[in-house]
Amino acid sequence: MSKRTFRIWRGNAEGGDFQTYEQESSEGMVVLDVIHGIQAEQANDMAVRWNCKAGKCGSCSVEINGKPKLACMTRMNMYAEDEVITVQPMKAFPVIKDLVTDVSWNYEQNKRIKPLQPGKPEADGDYRMAQEDIDRNQEFRKCIECYLCQDVCHILRDHGKTDVFVGPRFMHRLADLAMHPLDTRDRVPEIVEEFGSGYCNITRCCTDVCPEHINITDNAIIPLKERVVDRYYDPIAMLGRKLFGGGKSSENTD
Amino acid sequence: MLDVSEIKTIEHDVVVIGAGGAGLRAAIEASSRGLNTGIVCKSLLGKAHTVMAEGGMAAALGNVDSRDNWKVHFRDTIRGSKFLASWRMAELHAKNAPARVRELEAWGAVFDRTKDGRINQRNFGGHRYPRLAHVGDRTGLELIRTLQDHGIHQGIQVHMECKVLNLLTDADGAISGVLCLWRETGRFMLIRCKAVIMATGGGGKCWKITSNSWEYTGDGAAIAYDVGAELMDLEFTQFHPTGMVWPPSVRGTLVTEGVRGEGGILLNSEGERFMFRYIPERFASETADTIEEADAWLTDDKNNRRPPELLTRDVVARAILAEVKAGRGSPHGGAFLDIANRRDPAFIKKKLPSMYHQFKELAEVDITKQAMEVGPTLHYFMGGIRVDADTQETAVPGLFACGECAAGLHGANRLGGNSLSDLLVFGHLAGSGAADYIEGRRGDKAAEFNPEVVAKHVRAATSILNRESGPNPYLVHDKLQLAMQENAGIVRTGEQLKEAIAQLTALQPEVDQVKADGASQYNAGWHEALDLSSMMITSLAVAKAALMREESRGAHTRLDFEGERAEWGNANVVTKKGSDGEMIVQREERPAPPPELEAIARATIEELESGTVG
Repeated sequence: MSKRTFRIWRGNAEGGDFQTYEQESSEGMVVLDVIHGIQAEQANDMAVRWNCKAGKCGSCSVEINGKPKLACMTRMNMYAEDEVITVQPMKAFPVIKDLVTDVSWNYEQNKRIKPLQPGKPEADGDYRMAQEDIDRNQEFRKCIECYLCQDVCHILRDHGKTDVFVGPRFMHRLADLAMHPLDTRDRVPEIVEEFGSGYCNITRCCTDVCPEHINITDNAIIPLKERVVDRYYDPIAMLGRKLFGGGKSSENTD
Repeated sequence: MLDVSEIKTIEHDVVVIGAGGAGLRAAIEASSRGLNTGIVCKSLLGKAHTVMAEGGMAAALGNVDSRDNWKVHFRDTIRGSKFLASWRMAELHAKNAPARVRELEAWGAVFDRTKDGRINQRNFGGHRYPRLAHVGDRTGLELIRTLQDHGIHQGIQVHMECKVLNLLTDADGAISGVLCLWRETGRFMLIRCKAVIMATGGGGKCWKITSNSWEYTGDGAAIAYDVGAELMDLEFTQFHPTGMVWPPSVRGTLVTEGVRGEGGILLNSEGERFMFRYIPERFASETADTIEEADAWLTDDKNNRRPPELLTRDVVARAILAEVKAGRGSPHGGAFLDIANRRDPAFIKKKLPSMYHQFKELAEVDITKQAMEVGPTLHYFMGGIRVDADTQETAVPGLFACGECAAGLHGANRLGGNSLSDLLVFGHLAGSGAADYIEGRRGDKAAEFNPEVVAKHVRAATSILNRESGPNPYLVHDKLQLAMQENAGIVRTGEQLKEAIAQLTALQPEVDQVKADGASQYNAGWHEALDLSSMMITSLAVAKAALMREESRGAHTRLDFEGERAEWGNANVVTKKGSDGEMIVQREERPAPPPELEAIARATIEELESGTVG
C-alpha cells in the first residue's frame, strides 16, 4: 500500500482542467483500479468508461502521461513510486465528460463499409478456407475497437481529416474484407477514393499503440496501398484495363 | 409536477434491451421481419460481456468427430443440467446450433479451420466430442463483432450508453413502452413500442468475486419481475472454476476452460493432480481414472476417456474449493493450472493468445513457463426470466427474453460453450417470437402507457441526485456484494442464506436513501445508484430460491442438504411479484418429458451411437 498522486482531467465540452488526487495503490494494481478508488472515495461523479477490465473490450482508452493506453492494462508498477500519473481523455475525439470522449464518428465510418459478400458454399453447405489463408484475417479480427490507433493517427489527431480518411482501425477492417477468402466484392476503388488510403504516410504510430499488437501498417495498410498502386498506376494493368475493362481478378490473388 | 410530455418520445415496433450476442441476434431477426427495431444498451456497441467468452460455441457440426449429432449434444446438455434443463429448449438448441454457426460464417466470422478447411471444433467440459467452434481463445469477440458488423447494415437503430429504467404496460398489462436514461446527457427518453426483448445478461455484480463487468446487475430479471414476469432457477448461479486469484485487483477475471480443453491440468500445493479424487459416479464411466489414460487422451481422444479436469464446472469448482479448505491451496488461495509442462510455447501462444497476454500483463506470469493460480468466480446465471421454449415469450404479453437473462436451457448447470450457441439460437427465436406476436395482435392497437407511472419512475431516479444527503452508492454496493459473497457463495447453508436475506433486507433503507453527488451528465455515481435496485431484487431472489431448494444439484450446493434429492429432481423454484409488492417464491412441479427425448437423455452413449435409441 502506498499513496500515489494522480492528476485527472475533469470537465466537459465547455472546458475543464486537471484535478489532483492522492489515492492508495496496492500490489498488482492497474491505473484503472486507482481511478475506481478515486471515484468511489473522492469523486463519485467522475466519468470513465470501462467494461471487461481484462484488455478484451477496448472501453477504457485514455492518455496516461501522454501515452494512449488501456487503463485496465497499465500496471502501476510501470511508474516510479513518486511519479505523478496524469490521465486525460483521448485527444482525437470530442470530450463528453472527464475521461469519456465521443467516439461515435468511428461507428459512422464502420457503417460506410460494405459488409462481407460471400460466394456460394460447397455442395455440402460448408465453406472451405485453409487456415493459412485466414491467419492474416484473424490477426486483424483481434481488434477490440479501443480506437487508440485512431487517437494517435496524426491525419485524424493533428490534421482533423475525418472527412477524407477513415483511420487505421477501418483501414485494417477494409484489409480484412479485401483479403477475406469468401468476399466477392471489388473493394479497391473505394479504399482509395472513399476511405482515403492515400492519406496514410506510414509513420506506424497506430501499430505502436495497438494493445492487441496488430501490425496495422505492414500487414494491412501497405498491402492495401499496393493493391491501389497495382490497379491505378501499373502501366501494363492500365493498358489492360483500357483494352479489356476493369475487373477484380488480378487483385484477389494474395 | 413533472410534465411527462416534455420527455423525448420515439417509436419502435420492437425494443431489444442489451447488445450482447443474444440481443444483436434477436434484433437482426426482428429487423429481417420488416419491423422497426431498436437496441438500447448500457455501454458502447460491441463492448458487452459476450467479448469475454473465450472457449467457443457448441454446435454438433461433426466436423472433427463425425459421430457427433444433435442427439449427443442434447444428451450432454440434459445430463450437464442434472436433468433440470427445459427438454424442449435443449432440443431446439442442439438442433439449431449448427445452422446458426454456419450462418455466422456467412456473415463474416472467421473460425479456426480443420485440415480440410472446415470449421474446427475443440473439446470442452461435459461435451462428449470436440464440439466448440472457436477462434483461438477470443470466440466471443468474433461473435459479437460479426453480429455488430452485420447488424449495422440491417436498419437497426442502436441507442448506446442508454440505461433502461422501467418497462411500461398498457391497461391490459401488455408491453407498451420503455423508459430510458441517456447516460451521456442525463436526459430521459420514452420509447413507445409493441414488444420488448430482454437480453441483458446476468447479475454477477451482486458478488465481490466475479468475472462480470459493471453492467451485469440483473437488470433484465429485476425490470421484468417488476411488471409481472416470472423468474425461475435463480438458485443456480454458476461459479466458473478458473478465475484469476492474483493480483487482488483482477481476482475473478475469467481464465478460459479452453486451457483445460487444450490439455491443461489442475494441481494442488503438493503437486497432486487432484481431480481424479472428485469424479462423480454419474460421469465415472466416461472419465479417465488414471494419469496415463488422461494423458493419452491428449493425442488420441477417440480411444481414451477424457481427463477429469474436463468434468462439469460445478464439479471442478467445488473440488478446487475443497482442496483450498484442506490446506492444499496455492499461495493466494486457489489451485495451480498448468499448461506450461503440457504443451510447447508456440502451441500455447497460438491456441491461447489472450490468456498468455492476460497473465503476462496483469499478473506478470508467463503461462508458457509457469503455472497459473486459479479459483472459482461467479460467472453465469443459469436461471432468469421464465420463457416459452419456442417463442421466448414471458408471462407478460409482448415481453420476450433470451440469452443469459432467460431461464431454461441450462437447468442446474451450464456446459461451457453452450452459452454462445444459446445466444444465437434463442436470440433468433426471440426475434421471430416477437415478430409473430406483433403480426398476431388484434387490430393496430396503439401503444399507450400511464403518464403518472412514468412520472413516478422519473422522480425515483432523479431523487437520488436531488436529496440533500444519503449513503454513498459505491459503499452500499460493497455491502450488498459482501452479503452475497459470504452467504450465497459456491457452497451454502440455510443459515447463511437466511443471513443473506436479513442483511439485504437491512440494506434496503440505504438503497432507498442513496445519494449521488454532482450533475446528471455522465455521472458514474448516479448510474451506480440506479443499478442498486436491480441488484437488490436479483440478490434477494437468488437467496430466497436457494433457501427453498433443500438439496444439492449442479451449481447449487447446500452443505445442510447434501446430494441430489429425488423430491427435488423434477421441480423448479419460481419467483414473482405479489399483488402488494411482496416477493413470492414457490416450488413448481415440471411437466413430464416427451418420452422420445427422455429416452435419448437416459441412453448410454453406446446405445445412441449404435442407433438402438433415439
